[in-house]
Amino acid sequence: MNDLIEIQGLTKAYDADHVAVDHIDLKLPKGKIIGLLGPNGSGKTTLIKMMNGLLVPTEGSIRISGYEIGTETKKRVAYLPDRTYLPDGKSINSILDYFCDFYEDFSREKALEMLQSLHIDPDSKLRTLSKGMKEKVQLILVMSRKADLYVLDEPIAGVDPAARDYILRTIINNYDSEATVLISTHLIGDIEKVLDEVIFLRSGRLLLYTSVDNIREQHGKSVDAYFREVFAC
Amino acid sequence: MAWNLDTDRPIYAQLIERIKTQIVSGKYAPGERLPSVRELAAEAAVNPNTMQKAFAELERTGLVITQRTNGRTVTEDVKLIGDIRAELAGDQVNTFFSGMRELGYTEKETSDLILRYLNDDKDSK
Repeated sequence: MNDLIEIQGLTKAYDADHVAVDHIDLKLPKGKIIGLLGPNGSGKTTLIKMMNGLLVPTEGSIRISGYEIGTETKKRVAYLPDRTYLPDGKSINSILDYFCDFYEDFSREKALEMLQSLHIDPDSKLRTLSKGMKEKVQLILVMSRKADLYVLDEPIAGVDPAARDYILRTIINNYDSEATVLISTHLIGDIEKVLDEVIFLRSGRLLLYTSVDNIREQHGKSVDAYFREVFAC
Repeated sequence: MAWNLDTDRPIYAQLIERIKTQIVSGKYAPGERLPSVRELAAEAAVNPNTMQKAFAELERTGLVITQRTNGRTVTEDVKLIGDIRAELAGDQVNTFFSGMRELGYTEKETSDLILRYLNDDKDSK
């Protein structure tokens, strides 16, 4: 059983006319960094929310590390949502306390080490940080867990290129070969060097699941260029 | 500094070229220990799995050797390094000549141009 994630016939219909995820079958291995790519409204965030138990599928199933979505998977999945959910008025230290309470696999030392490398004072309140810094802090919290699966929803949207580099480096340096990182984004060019594999979603359906180097070999172009061709309006 | 990589060719192939060049040019000497996959991946800003794949290929060619206790080292086979250096040089020459052909130069014109270029270079010293 080498598959970390097994998705079968997964469907989410908000109503009859709005099917966000449409019968997706997909098996994802462990030890890979995988891009979840698709234009706006292709179902990326809906899929991610179902993986994290925030939405209930209309049909089909997801298993992560062999478990149905629930307490066991929440212990094993570290999730970076596409918007901030941390209380602005709290200090970083008290947020670290939360994470220590909530997650057995959270390493405070690791988080402090990364914060220090960014010269962030753990006593500072979240609201005193810039937007880019907040995004980095949230990523640090997520990557300081020792999870089976890291799910990052748009981790590089809305930050400057230098911050993007930092975020990508943090992902590369912190993931271990037993874990898988799933990154949703539409900023493909910035991220494709760190991806093993990519998933293309279109209108809630699985269009393609292959490796980055396969796309480059078969089509002689970057994933970014190929994406633009496939999804040309 | 992240390595400069082309966007339209497989990443692992470019990593192989890059490491080969570093070995034949002497940045890593024969028998020298190489940085770990993780260190090199971080330096290049690429996925460690892709770096691993590049190393697997370099091991297959014999240029890089995995020591069970001591990580990876460059081969001590100086002849092999020389052969690969010659091969890479041949690739450069090929690329150059096909570029000149595209500009409409005959081989004679190209070689004349090279000689003149080399002479100019000498004169200016």
